[in-house]
Amino acid sequence: MTETLLRVRNLTVRFPMPRARLVGPRPWLTAVNGVDLEIEAGRAVGLVGESGCGKSTLALAILALVAPQAGTIEWRGQPVRHDDATGLRRMRRELQVVFQDPVGSLDPRMSVGESVAEALEALEGPQAAAASRARVGSMLAEVGLDPALHTRYPHELSGGQCQRAAIARALVGRPRLLVCDEAVSALDVSVQAQIVNLLADLRRRHGLALLFISHNLAVVRHLCDEVAVLYRGRVVERAPAAAIFGGPRHPYTRALLAAVPDPDPAAHARARVPELRAAAAAESVAVVGCAYRPRCPLADDACRMQAPRLEDAGDGHLAACHHGRVRPPAS
Amino acid sequence: MGSDALFDVRDLGVQFTTPRGRVSAVREASLEVRRGECLAVVGESGSGKSQLFLGCLGLLAAGGVVQGSARFDGQELLGPDAAPRRAALGTRLAMVFQDPMNALTPHLTIGRQLVEVVLDRGLLDAAGARARSLEVLQSVGMPEPEARLRQYPHELSGGQRQRAAIAMALMTRPDLLVADEPTTALDVTVQAQVIDVLRAARDRGLAVVLITHDMGVVAGIADRVAVMYAGRIVEMAPARELFAAAAHPYTAALLASVPRLDTPLAGRLIGIEGQPPAPGDEPDGCAFAPRCASVLERCHRSRPPLESHENRSVACHAAGAVR
Repeated sequence: MTETLLRVRNLTVRFPMPRARLVGPRPWLTAVNGVDLEIEAGRAVGLVGESGCGKSTLALAILALVAPQAGTIEWRGQPVRHDDATGLRRMRRELQVVFQDPVGSLDPRMSVGESVAEALEALEGPQAAAASRARVGSMLAEVGLDPALHTRYPHELSGGQCQRAAIARALVGRPRLLVCDEAVSALDVSVQAQIVNLLADLRRRHGLALLFISHNLAVVRHLCDEVAVLYRGRVVERAPAAAIFGGPRHPYTRALLAAVPDPDPAAHARARVPELRAAAAAESVAVVGCAYRPRCPLADDACRMQAPRLEDAGDGHLAACHHGRVRPPAS
Repeated sequence: MGSDALFDVRDLGVQFTTPRGRVSAVREASLEVRRGECLAVVGESGSGKSQLFLGCLGLLAAGGVVQGSARFDGQELLGPDAAPRRAALGTRLAMVFQDPMNALTPHLTIGRQLVEVVLDRGLLDAAGARARSLEVLQSVGMPEPEARLRQYPHELSGGQRQRAAIAMALMTRPDLLVADEPTTALDVTVQAQVIDVLRAARDRGLAVVLITHDMGVVAGIADRVAVMYAGRIVEMAPARELFAAAAHPYTAALLASVPRLDTPLAGRLIGIEGQPPAPGDEPDGCAFAPRCASVLERCHRSRPPLESHENRSVACHAAGAVR
């Protein structure tokens, strides 16, 4: 049986906003709203959605870097508590993260070798110099950084090389789950392909699980076993990757997929699905019922009355849509 | 060639003076843009695609120098007299940049920034400027344009800001719009809208130069594509032909490395191993040779010239073998 590494239940993260007036109630922004998520050992789960949908906040909450207002997070069966420093330290050995900006996530005054050694020491305590050098060297070699570059500083390296170093830093303590928050988004396509291949190799070699956050759906399709689609803080669809890309059930997922420009002029010449046009509507209005209703071509009275719940259609494909079971005619 | 081009760049070079000496960012680049067409200029970071146009427009960072010729509607922009360039820039020749927040002034309303463009140049009176600003906001598909005129940039979403920046560039009815990575910071849904806006402007007769590294965006709008590598144009072709069969191995590798939704999943993505040469070290042979899958022995010794075959140009010794 595979072990469930991460279990998130009904997670809600809210941030206080400035008051509109000097006196009066403080408005709150709900960035993550009642999210459930599991990640099993060795699985790659993609988290997609537009900017502002809450995907990075969800990642920060999972990493115990922001405190949730409600809900629970369990790491390997143990609840994650922010007041339990020992427990957090233990979890962080097994749960690591790579961020978007490869240069900014490394200390400019440390060589990449020193950066990786620092991470090793922080996670596992003081190391003998020779042992540390060997581990750091083999880790950097594993992510494909030439040994000649280990003494270089971040500004001397390209973005792709810095991202390899950041991955080495995250992996040097042999974590079980790596959170990648837009980890390939800032890279050129040729370099992006190298890093995606590297992550796929590391998964295979070490049974590493991934939470891969990206707005690039094509990359998610290449790397992930499962996909969760987030819209305004809620998971609106969750399914095996093949089901999401082969038969999306939520109109938002379909709109996201339709908006990806394929590198093929012939495809662009064909008429595009109407859902894309609908996506122009005002985004900031508070919505009763389904949050996607103002942009949705399928919206009707049911969507106005009641927010749909995330429900399993019986095949492991979950969608939060009143019309989720009816597939519209293929366009 | 050349006479019917709105924008005609010949043998353009851009160099920067750095602590390590003079570094070439663009070498011997020639291209032309015709009215009502979209030319996409693609390449990886550092390939010189932005510097090529910043050089033409006299917008290089300190320490940058430009040689060669850039003629806009017959007028030389890079001559000793800066007057033609000043007259064209921001009026008949407009630019849009990647970051829409920095392109807009934070403390002025969108409406004020739009009318300023034409009022400062004395092109329209106040009433005309206001009417024009509404018209351009509508043409870029801005929801509720009247309300937007009274709003500040921070009140707009990223996509709306980029549309406001494009609207600002269109205020003077330019003939040429140079858009440098206009969709890179945007979500896919918003990106699709911005591509639609640029395509509509192109269809109304505007010439568009789209500088991007996103091949998907290129496929959505470009009529012709110029591919840059290490400061040089290595291939230029009509978009459909380029996507159907890339002649240069670098173009082929660039296209192959884009993960796609519309093809069956293959195990691995095809990246391009290695890295482009550091700025400043130009090898004797082809700059792409160390990374090239079709490399020939002579590629390391002699640099292939950009040669035209019908309406395509390619700089590759092995291009015959590839095609």
